[in-house]
Amino acid sequence: MSLARAEAEWGELMRAAIAGDGAAYRRLLASLTPALRAVVRRNCGRIGLDPGEAEDVVQETLLAIHLKRDTWEPDRPIAPWIMTIARNKLIDARRRRGKATVVPIEDFADLLSAKGANEDHDRLDVERMIAQLGERDQNLVRALAIEGRSVRETAATLDMSEGAVRVALHRAIKRLASAFRGEKS
Amino acid sequence: MKTDALIDLLVADLEPSRLRFRASLRLELACGGAAAGLILLFVLHLRPDLGAQLASPRLWLKLATMLTLTAASLGLVWRLATPGAEAKPWLWALGLAPFILGLGVLAEALATPASSWPARLVGHNAFSCVTLIPLLSAAPLACLLHVLRRGAPADPGLAGAAAGLLASGVGATLYALHCTDDSPFFVAAWYSVTIAIVTLVGYVAGRRRLRW
Repeated sequence: MSLARAEAEWGELMRAAIAGDGAAYRRLLASLTPALRAVVRRNCGRIGLDPGEAEDVVQETLLAIHLKRDTWEPDRPIAPWIMTIARNKLIDARRRRGKATVVPIEDFADLLSAKGANEDHDRLDVERMIAQLGERDQNLVRALAIEGRSVRETAATLDMSEGAVRVALHRAIKRLASAFRGEKS
Repeated sequence: MKTDALIDLLVADLEPSRLRFRASLRLELACGGAAAGLILLFVLHLRPDLGAQLASPRLWLKLATMLTLTAASLGLVWRLATPGAEAKPWLWALGLAPFILGLGVLAEALATPASSWPARLVGHNAFSCVTLIPLLSAAPLACLLHVLRRGAPADPGLAGAAAGLLASGVGATLYALHCTDDSPFFVAAWYSVTIAIVTLVGYVAGRRRLRW
């Protein structure tokens, strides 16, 4: 797949997602993840981060793409936007290790040679971050993410309204993002 | 948690189109600017000789400097808070405001006798300049810092400083319609100091509040 085509496809999916199309959003994130994983792994090695940390950076990047998606303007190219977020998250990860930070990220074109990197490194760190959430939020996150239930089913299971589930979910996602930054919130 | 599970979570959290960040930025800046405008009109009041001074090149120089600063820092703030946007040209554009003011200082030095310079520099309202510009900048700065929480600045301190610069550009533009000291000497001395203070406040607030 050429860079231009990948970018056009991601931009198209993001535009659909902004309009509320969940299926398009899932395809976008699923298609971005292996590409991000490959470029993050390669750069982790080059800047002296443990390769096991790569998956954390990938997840943190996905969280940031989600929470900051309003900063992408549909009339602008999406690849530099994504890469800059990934780069910032690599810099953050490296800073947390107490190292000085200049991270030259390799050309975005590298992303496209990266289709192989699909296996998932499951890190205990992330479980620990979920453990920082309150009990209700933990149940909610597990029901939605790990048991794969819908918002409606989760609402019924936890005896909450769908609106309350959505609000709690959004807050839990923000807490996950700040847990990655090492903040309490 | 597997990354696939995280994706499930993010998809479940998708809400259809809220306002884009760029539009929110403009909206909040307009709100902050409107609040500062009301303070100018109903608390501080326009200068009484504003009509008579509309022909004065000094007033226009003052306004041109502050409007240039406002425009350049608006372009800068948005780009600093948007991943992948190129901010460098706008850092350069910031230099335009001091350049215009510098030309004004030069013209003033050529047009007036040296014996009048100290009086022009000190003016009549230095203290109110240093206090009222921050007052007029407060609402725009609060709005900008609020909207920037939704942005994604690579350097939170720098983005906060640019927000301070933009807020003080708005505040100083409005204050220029209140203050009767029009000499470029006065503007170069007192407006600059005050703008630097508001910018510093923005920098500190940005470092503390704009990490993401």
